[in-house]
Amino acid sequence: MPNSSRFAKWRRSEAFRGLALASPPFLYALTMLAAPLAAVVLFSFWTQDYLTLDRTPTWNNYKTAWTEAIYQALMLRSLKVSALVTAATVILSFPIAYYVSFRVSPRRKTLWIFLITIPFWTSYLMRIFLWKVILGYNGVVNGSLMGLGLIEEPLTFILYNQNAVILTLSHAWAPFAILPIFVALERIDRSLLEASEDLGDGPVRRFFRVTLPLAMPGVLAAAVIVFIPTIGDYVTPRLVGGPNGLLIANMIELQFKKANNAPLGAALAISAMLIVTIISIIFLWLNRRYIRSRA
Amino acid sequence: MIRINCVSKRFGDIRALDEVSAEIHESEFFSLLGPSGCGKTTLLRMIAGFDEPSEGEIFIDGKSMDGVPPNRRPTNMVFQSYAIFPHLNVAENVAYGLHARKGTRVEIRRQVAETLDMVGLAGFEDRQPHALSGGQKQRVALARALILKPKVLLLDEPLSALDRQLREQMQTELRHLQRAVGITFVFVTHDQEEALTMSDRIAVIFEGKVAQLDSPLELYRRPVTKRVGEFIGVMNFLGARLLAEESGGYEVEVEGLGRVKVPKRQAPGGVSGSRLTAGIRPEMLTLEFDDAEIPGRRANGKVVDTQYLGDMTYYEIALEGIGKPLTLSMRNTADRPILEPGTAAKVRWGPDSVLLLN
Repeated sequence: MPNSSRFAKWRRSEAFRGLALASPPFLYALTMLAAPLAAVVLFSFWTQDYLTLDRTPTWNNYKTAWTEAIYQALMLRSLKVSALVTAATVILSFPIAYYVSFRVSPRRKTLWIFLITIPFWTSYLMRIFLWKVILGYNGVVNGSLMGLGLIEEPLTFILYNQNAVILTLSHAWAPFAILPIFVALERIDRSLLEASEDLGDGPVRRFFRVTLPLAMPGVLAAAVIVFIPTIGDYVTPRLVGGPNGLLIANMIELQFKKANNAPLGAALAISAMLIVTIISIIFLWLNRRYIRSRA
Repeated sequence: MIRINCVSKRFGDIRALDEVSAEIHESEFFSLLGPSGCGKTTLLRMIAGFDEPSEGEIFIDGKSMDGVPPNRRPTNMVFQSYAIFPHLNVAENVAYGLHARKGTRVEIRRQVAETLDMVGLAGFEDRQPHALSGGQKQRVALARALILKPKVLLLDEPLSALDRQLREQMQTELRHLQRAVGITFVFVTHDQEEALTMSDRIAVIFEGKVAQLDSPLELYRRPVTKRVGEFIGVMNFLGARLLAEESGGYEVEVEGLGRVKVPKRQAPGGVSGSRLTAGIRPEMLTLEFDDAEIPGRRANGKVVDTQYLGDMTYYEIALEGIGKPLTLSMRNTADRPILEPGTAAKVRWGPDSVLLLN
């Protein structure tokens, strides 16, 4: 009996209630996230031999992933494209967030933020196809420019290359960048801006000395939010990237499917994840420094 | 130094300020005093340049400030929230405004140290704002403005967030600082005691209008309206009737006190009509403890309530023929008893105790 009464007591405790609340999602995360991830890690140390899987642990997949020119090139290209997407998204999102925070009347702000999320009401594939319609050889942009007589023949550098990937992704991720920047701008005490003006700063100098530094946590958060998923994206490059727009994620997909080399795919995936983690940690560290200075 | 010329400010349908005119002199400690929402902060913000007048004009040092942005005005402001830049340390905050001016690093560092020393924060250069107390932030805000040597320093209720002891200490310090640097201070406050102790002159503002602009002494002694008298200090009001106007003063009949001839200067707001109000400050009435041969008139009454404050005692005294009791204050001395409620009392007063208000 003492055991059961102890159990009864434990069942009423705060700790038990906490565990009871947390365990379902925890189990879910364990089976759906941690287990597959563990499988991928395991795979990356094995070897695929046509139809059989050699389970002796080996570093060979990683050697291939880090040394062969094609993978290096794809990884660098992925990083470059992601960096450009991140930069473009943040730079384009900042003015929008700024406008909503500083120019829109307080009553209308919620409405504006709501409107910004409207693109999410359509499927992502649909939006990519719309971009194809806009940027295509016979698309809206080329059609209009030729109709106006500004160009003789359709522009080809706007679709099926890296530019198209960057453009499409920046548009897709803009709301995710706008929101954290908006929140950071909202948190800025407006009297700080008045103080800056009072102490002699014009609008431009005020922006660079007060507004931007104080919005930095939001900008860095936006950068992380955009950067991490873009590096793993393979739908966009496949649809609008053309042959030169393919990225590391497309190669991972290829290895898992057509090339039938899951271990190499797994090693590439883990390597990409590692690189993203390191870059994210740098961002988070930078962010912490900004946040600490304003606490 | 500052000339406010018939300035009005409207926010939509609301009139925040209504044709306000005032002249603020050089090196003066000038206070804008009024209850919250009276427009005093709006006026300060217009002097700083954050708001533009809807009508009228503000001149600083003889130049019209019409359309001049805050960064081009010879004014600096100490904000109510202090507005210390959270991403900069104390030295960087104080040096913020020097950025635009020419000066070597060494020169700037020297100036920052000097100014911090002036506000009592020597050695605080490397502190982060979040490590400062309210009073210290206040001093940083002050240093940041003073280092630019503005012609006018604007202070928007800078002491309202501090606890009482610190507030009183800062009042004295601000006053000393103002005398030392000789800069014109324009100080916004809703605390009448604060305004009285610190200012050279005070503009009392009610509902967007200047009710009275005077020295603390005149404001307290001779408020022009009942409302000003009530807002600054304590005042008893009694009904009064004008009997005759003579060259030397006014012959009035005051409720419960009888006929009295009040000198002209005791009616600072002028007299119109025959129905008036007599205002009497608590310390202008004296409780008589012995039958000393002091000239003055006497009225009989009874102590209703006694409030002992240590150095002073406040009595509520019901006089014969007056409905509501009068408040009276006496300085406590060694030989004076504190009267218990219910005791009979004799109140001494004179024509100079009474103020005539419309």
